[in-house]
Formats: sequence, structure tokens, C-alpha cells
Amino acid sequence: MNSMVNLLIGLAMGLNLIALASSRLPALITAMAVQGMALGAMPLLLEHHFDWMVSLVAVCTIAGKGFVIPYLLRRAMRAANIERDMEPTIGYVPSLLLGAGGTIAVVAMARALPLLPEHAGSLMVPGALASVLTGFVLLIGRTKAISQVCGYLILENGIYLFGLLLIHVTPLFVEAGILLDLTVGVFVIGIIVDRIQRAFDTLDTRKLTTLHE
Amino acid sequence: MKPYLLIALPLAGAVVAAFWPSDRTRPWLLPVVGALHAALCIWMLICPPPLQHDAWLAFDPLARAVLPAVSLLFLVCAAYGVPYLRTRVERPNRVFVALLLTMLGLMSAGHQARHLGLLWIATEGVTLAAIPLLHFTGTPHAFEATWKYLLVGGTGIALSLLGSFCLGYASLHGGGNGDLTFTTLMQQGAGLSRPWVLTAWVLVLVGYGTKMGLAPMHTWKPDAYGEAPGIVGALLAGGVTTVAFTAILRVHAVVALAGDGAIADRTLLAIGLFSMLIAALFLLGTRDFKRMLAYSSVEHMGILAVGAGLGAAGVWAALFHVWANSLTKGALFLSAGTIRRAAGARTMDEVRGMSALTPYSAAIFVAGMFAVTACPPFGPFFSELSVIRAAFEAKHYWAAAMFLGCLLFVFFGITRVVFAIVDGRPHARNIETSRRYAETLGTILPPLVLLGISLWLGISTPSVLRTAWTEAVAQLFPTP
Repeated sequence: MNSMVNLLIGLAMGLNLIALASSRLPALITAMAVQGMALGAMPLLLEHHFDWMVSLVAVCTIAGKGFVIPYLLRRAMRAANIERDMEPTIGYVPSLLLGAGGTIAVVAMARALPLLPEHAGSLMVPGALASVLTGFVLLIGRTKAISQVCGYLILENGIYLFGLLLIHVTPLFVEAGILLDLTVGVFVIGIIVDRIQRAFDTLDTRKLTTLHE
Repeated sequence: MKPYLLIALPLAGAVVAAFWPSDRTRPWLLPVVGALHAALCIWMLICPPPLQHDAWLAFDPLARAVLPAVSLLFLVCAAYGVPYLRTRVERPNRVFVALLLTMLGLMSAGHQARHLGLLWIATEGVTLAAIPLLHFTGTPHAFEATWKYLLVGGTGIALSLLGSFCLGYASLHGGGNGDLTFTTLMQQGAGLSRPWVLTAWVLVLVGYGTKMGLAPMHTWKPDAYGEAPGIVGALLAGGVTTVAFTAILRVHAVVALAGDGAIADRTLLAIGLFSMLIAALFLLGTRDFKRMLAYSSVEHMGILAVGAGLGAAGVWAALFHVWANSLTKGALFLSAGTIRRAAGARTMDEVRGMSALTPYSAAIFVAGMFAVTACPPFGPFFSELSVIRAAFEAKHYWAAAMFLGCLLFVFFGITRVVFAIVDGRPHARNIETSRRYAETLGTILPPLVLLGISLWLGISTPSVLRTAWTEAVAQLFPTP
């Protein structure tokens, strides 16, 4: 069981690096979506016996992160007619190096953290921290609104993974509420991205600098 | 039952507003629901309901000490909303009214939440509900401000969720059951795993600090407050920020019982003074009177953080300041909204002589300026005095000195902008727009009422409020 969980987290960590390295937005969205689905399936593996509420939340997570949110983002991308994030503030190779170095660092750091014996051998904590880090690099280092949203979602995936440490004690309706907030959030982001595109005729957030002292 | 009613009432109002057929009569739902909510809230302030300790949502002493202020502020803003929306007939107000009421419901939930997960859901919900309100004016600038609010606020709130999970893990690692209710976490106290508690504290402070607008996480604030309608700005500055502040107070109480109170206090003091300093420096430079209000809000959030870092007496002063700041800032935002509409512009370079064009709003704006810069006899003077007294009692002399220095610079900065727009002879453009958007009784009375309450708080703070704050402090600092 544990090795299956670690395999999925390993996949998620690999997808972090793909997200950091790709300049094409569809690839970035796909990496984010696959990661969301991999992590969405984890509650099913962690729960030892079948529980229909857990399954329901897992199915909703997979549907939300794997299909609904990517669909909204792809639609925004087509509307804005952009395929690539051409001029990142942190280049693709530096971001990849940052991501790889950061991943190694968090794996090393997780050994130093005080963990419960059942979590000591698992990749959950380093995986979560690596995704949070990747999310931050994308948020800071990309200039297109859609890539920044993907960064935000990868950050959120990391937090979701960390939250799975508490899966046996957190009531499910809290998980469901968090998922609902996230979906509504992305929906709202989609609307705002659309309006920015219409108002500024670009999704380059570097152009959003009319407000300053 | 009543705590749920405080949440359900505005949410039901929001549903009614969403289906209400007429744009012209819909805004009246705001003051109606606001009045019911405020009446219920004040009734519960005077006769507090019995507290169930294991309840996830309850009108506990901390909620009792803060929520009535938010409810009052909402009521007055709602009353201002009716004439405001009448000047904006060209835009449909269905979403605006429904979401304002949703915000009130979620703020009530956030203040009463005694479970970290529930608190997070409510705070995130308020953040999302505020978004369509921010870009109500529909200008490109408003969308830019909304984007920054969404991205900075969203990232911040995500970090506070990570912090909440860390606190849960601290309980699990310390041998507890990982329950995220504040009661259980406080009972476990020293049994929590210290490294995880500290990690949680840092993340929660950064996360909810972003929502409060503490520097250096305040960058969304000037843009959002500058572009939002006055009534939304008032509710963000006086309502949403207090949800985040009470969240920090609740987590701080857990951290203190876990044995890391000294570190938490020091970080709060440092971040509070830094916020005040940043606000003071930017206030000396800004030329826009709505952005000025945002920096003033950063300053006041700094004051709250400093108060929270000064022990029981400081927290008492901070709770006093929540009331004083929310209501006074509300008066400023509302009168600034009226002035901004009449002038058709927002900067010192384009606006002049508003005392001739909108005499009453300008007078309220000037009086509110004296109130918010802590001139006696208004509320903020006495609450800030209590913070300084707490600093001296805790022997933080340098902090008190820096606090006073920042207040002085803030005073210079704010008076500079306010008198520039109030004094002098108006520009031709200001005169022209002021004919279209003249001030009316409906836009003058609400800020005047808020200013009156601020004065009342200063001159004779009602004893029921003093007891409410004392009981909230007792809840946060339980005697073993």
C-alpha cells in the first residue's frame, strides 16, 4: 500500500519538474491536471476499508482537478489565443534547476522533521513541500495569467497532499468545503482572466502595472 | 440556535436578493437584513447565550467582543448602499447585493468558527465573495486590482490552510487525536509538538496576515481599496480584516499554551511595527485619497498586531481598537466615496476645494481624519493609548517609542492629503461632476452615525463592551 502511495507522489514530483520546464501552456495545464488526479486518488489508497463518503470526495476531486478546472483554463487560453509563456521572469532552465534543487533539499529536510513513525518512510511531506515550492516558482517566474493560475493550483495540490496526513482525523465535510472553495475560486479566476483579456487585450500580467504610487 | 441564525439570516437574504425581480427595490434588502442581524447581534452582546464548549460554531466571548462591531458597520454601510446604488442605475445590482449579504453571513461564520478548517472555509469564502464587488465599477483598473487581490490573497489564504494542517499534525505528533477545534488544541497545550507548532504559527501569521494586510503582505490593499466602491472598502477594512485578526488571536492562544508564547509575541510586535513603519512611509508619498485610506488600514492592522503581541492588557486594547478602527474607518470610506464621486477623480492633483462642493462630506472626512489619526476624544485615541500603556507595562519602551514615532508620521501624511483635497478653489471639472453627483441626506447620515459611535466609544465606552473584551481576554489567556 505504502509503495503505491509513494509511487503516486513520485509521479506528482516528476510532474512538478515537467510543469517547471514546459513553455507551452497546454503541457503545463496537463501536468497540473494529471498531478491533481494522482493526488485525488490517494484517499482511496490511504483509507483501509471502503467508505462511500471518502470515495465521493475522491471522485469529486479527480473530476474537479482533472477535468473541470483544466477545461476552464483551456477555454480561457483559446479565448486569449495564446499557446506559450514566452518571456518568463525566471527562465525555464533556471526554474527547472530551482525545482530539482528544491526537491532534493526538501527530501533531505523531511528527514530532519519530527514525523510519526508511520509517515517516516513515506514521501508525503517532501512531496507536499516540493509542490508548494514549485507553485511559488511558477507564481513568481511566469508572466501569463494562466501559468500563474497553474502555479497556484500546484501550490494548492501540495497543501492538499499535506492535508492527507490528517485524513483519518479531519472530518470529510471540511475536505469537501475546501474543495468547493477551490473550484469556485478557479471559476472566479477564469472570469477575471477573461475580463482582463478584454480590458487590456493581453494576459501578460506585466502589463498590469497602472496602479502604483 | 442563535449563532446559526446569525449566519443563516444573511445567507437567506442573499438568496432572496438573487431572485428579487426589481433592480430598483433590491438594495432595500441590505438595510433590512443588516438591521435584523445587528439587532440579533446586540441582543446577544447584552445577553450572551450559554456556551457549548465542543460546538464548532458558537457566539463565544471572542465573537461577542468583535462581531457586533462588524454587524453595526454592515448596517450603516447597507444604509449608504441604497443611495449609492441609486447613482449606479446603469449597472445591474443583483450580484452586488446578493454577495454583500453573503459576505455578512460568511463573516459571521468566520468570527464564530471554533474549528480551524471551518474558519479557513469561511475566510476563503469571504475572499471569493468580495471579488465581484471589487470590480463593480468595471474599469480596467478595477480588474487589475481584482487580479492582484485574487493572486496575493489566494496564495496567502492557501498558506494559512497549510499552517492549519501543521497545527493538526502538531497535535497528532504530540500524541493527541489531531482534532482541529480550538478547545481541544488548547486543552492539549504543552502536549503539542513544538517544532510543528512553530511552523504552523509562521504559516498562519503569513496567511491570515495577508488577509489582514500586514506589511510586507499588504501589496494588494492599496489597489483593491483604491478601486472598490466606498462601501466595499469599508467592509473589507473593518469586517474582513477582523475575521483574519480573530483567527490570529485564536491560533496565538494555542501557541502560547504550547509554550511558544514569547516567540509569537515577538513576531507579532515586529510585524506590527514594520507594518506601521511601511504605512507611515507610504502615507508621506501617496497623492490618492482612497489609496491613503488603504495605507491607513495597514497602519491600523499594525496597531492590532502590536496590541496582540503585548499580553493580556495588549489584547484587551486591540479588541477596543477593532471597534474604534472599524467604525471610524467606515466613516472615512463612506465620506471619501461621496467626495470621489462628486469630484470625478482621486488624486491631490485633480481634486481641490471639496469643502465648497460637498461641504458636509468634507467636514465628516476632516473630522474622521482627526479621529483615525488618534486625536481625542474619538475612540482610536483611547484604544491606542491603552496599547501604549500595555507596552509600558510590558517594559517594551523601544516599541512604544517607535509606535509613537510612526503615529506622528502617519498624522503628517494623512493631513497632507486630506487638506489638499478639502481646501482651495475647486477645479472646473470637479464643479461639473459635482452637479451630477451631489451629496444627499442618504449619503451624509451614515458616515455621520459611524463618527458619532466612534465619539461615543471614546467619551464613554459602554460597560457591556468593556466586560465583553475582558471576557474575551479571559478566553484567550485561560488561568490554569
